[in-house]
Amino acid sequence: MSALGPAESLAAPSEAAPGRAWRRLKPHRLIEIVLPLAMFCVALAIWEAIVRINQIPPYILPAPSLIGATLVKDWGVLSASLVVTLKTTVVALVLATLGSVALAVLFAQSKWIERSFFPFAVVMQVTPIVSIAPLLLIYLESSTAVLVCAFLVAFFPILSNTSLGLASADHGLIELMDLYRASRRQQFLYLRLPSALPYFLGGLRIGGGLALIGAIVAEIAAGSAGKGSGLAFRIVEAGFRLNIPRMFAALALISLTGILIYVTFTLLTYLMLHRWHDSARTRGS
Amino acid sequence: MVAMRAVSKTFPNGTQALCRLDLDVYEGEFLSLIGPSGCGKSTALRLLAGLTEPSSGEIAWHGDPPEVGFVFQEPTLMPWASVFDNVFLPLRLRKVARRAATPRVEEALARVGLAKFMTAYPRELSGGMKMRVSIARALVLRPKLLLMDEPFAALDEITRFRLNDDLVGLAAELGTTVVFVTHSVYESVYLSTRIVVMASRPGRIVEAIPVPGPAKRTEEFRTTPLYNETCRRASQALHAAMAAEDHL
Repeated sequence: MSALGPAESLAAPSEAAPGRAWRRLKPHRLIEIVLPLAMFCVALAIWEAIVRINQIPPYILPAPSLIGATLVKDWGVLSASLVVTLKTTVVALVLATLGSVALAVLFAQSKWIERSFFPFAVVMQVTPIVSIAPLLLIYLESSTAVLVCAFLVAFFPILSNTSLGLASADHGLIELMDLYRASRRQQFLYLRLPSALPYFLGGLRIGGGLALIGAIVAEIAAGSAGKGSGLAFRIVEAGFRLNIPRMFAALALISLTGILIYVTFTLLTYLMLHRWHDSARTRGS
Repeated sequence: MVAMRAVSKTFPNGTQALCRLDLDVYEGEFLSLIGPSGCGKSTALRLLAGLTEPSSGEIAWHGDPPEVGFVFQEPTLMPWASVFDNVFLPLRLRKVARRAATPRVEEALARVGLAKFMTAYPRELSGGMKMRVSIARALVLRPKLLLMDEPFAALDEITRFRLNDDLVGLAAELGTTVVFVTHSVYESVYLSTRIVVMASRPGRIVEAIPVPGPAKRTEEFRTTPLYNETCRRASQALHAAMAAEDHL
């Protein structure tokens, strides 16, 4: 073998490949971004036209232009609420991530620990959060209750995905570790953790979205009790006052927050996996 | 180097994979195990590697058990690690520092012709190249005994022949003892100094065939009368082993 070059060197050297792929894909990528944006603008224009032609009053359906204007006009109130909701979501997600990963690692240590505690996690997950929220609001101060709700919904998907990931290390690689008499710690560090990474990131993406939903749901529950100041509370409050444009403006901000969370985790997944995992692979590369 | 004496292996589900197997592996030889599926040739290899324990019988090493390298049927590379890190793994598990390990990893990769691919990831490589990485990883600890479990079975014939040639060269160069499991009679004759034919249900040895060819095999060996004669003999033994099974 010594004198021979790589015999079947069909694969391109790794450094050159991504750059070339990017350049080749660029026009395609551009369309991918431009097309949905254009569709979105067209939809807004149609909406605007319908409202103007039919002279629909703003307390029934506000035009997009009015929603935009409200967004600017009420920015002081809305941005303060946005910060509250965003903060709740992020803190809940961080806590859920830390807690669920720690628990998943604990589960991976022993089948018995997993069997004793997993049912609790399932009960926590399958109980609809809306039904716990009023209880939490009795026991806890309202902002804390909202945080706990968001935490609870985000916790389970990350836990179950990470657990699955830690348990699905390649059997051949486990044998290889056995062959070299790897310690439990080494096996965990070098094999189980990296194997679990794609699963964990998948859980994080689901958990991120759910944390926002949990925060919103809890805010609505809290808001109806006359407390809270997040975006969902603004929606409820504006509803009471028949301030429909502001309801839409707050809704738009919630949507944007959701999109932001999604994009962040998609990007994170891509950055961490694109060199090796099939899920982040562009076809034909 | 090692003697397996009356080794039996029964799996928990009751399948008897090996029945009173006696097998010697001699220092410096290239031993091939061939036989039909389920004859326990892989099990014998796993016993030698210490990946599984015999149900009865003993495995006696001449001296201390040597450093063993194992090449699986699949390349079994870590997809998240570069070629370098994959080959570094056995050393890393022995707590060798990265810097100290670098020359050894580089040497192992150079031996399999992949010196230029250290930073590549497994999925960027072809099947044959992945197998080369797997071989480099098995060699990086400089094992006295290299165990290979149908390593080239999933590769196309051209790649397979090339890897066969390279493997013969490597084994001769390093003086490593090799135990090689395969389905292919031609592969086994080309590579080996001795072939052991096994039959299944229960797994046992039916014949041992020495291959007195030159120490360093080349493509020419494939056309010699000796090669043909040995292939015929091995085929006959294999067919006899399989025919015996049909009667059961």
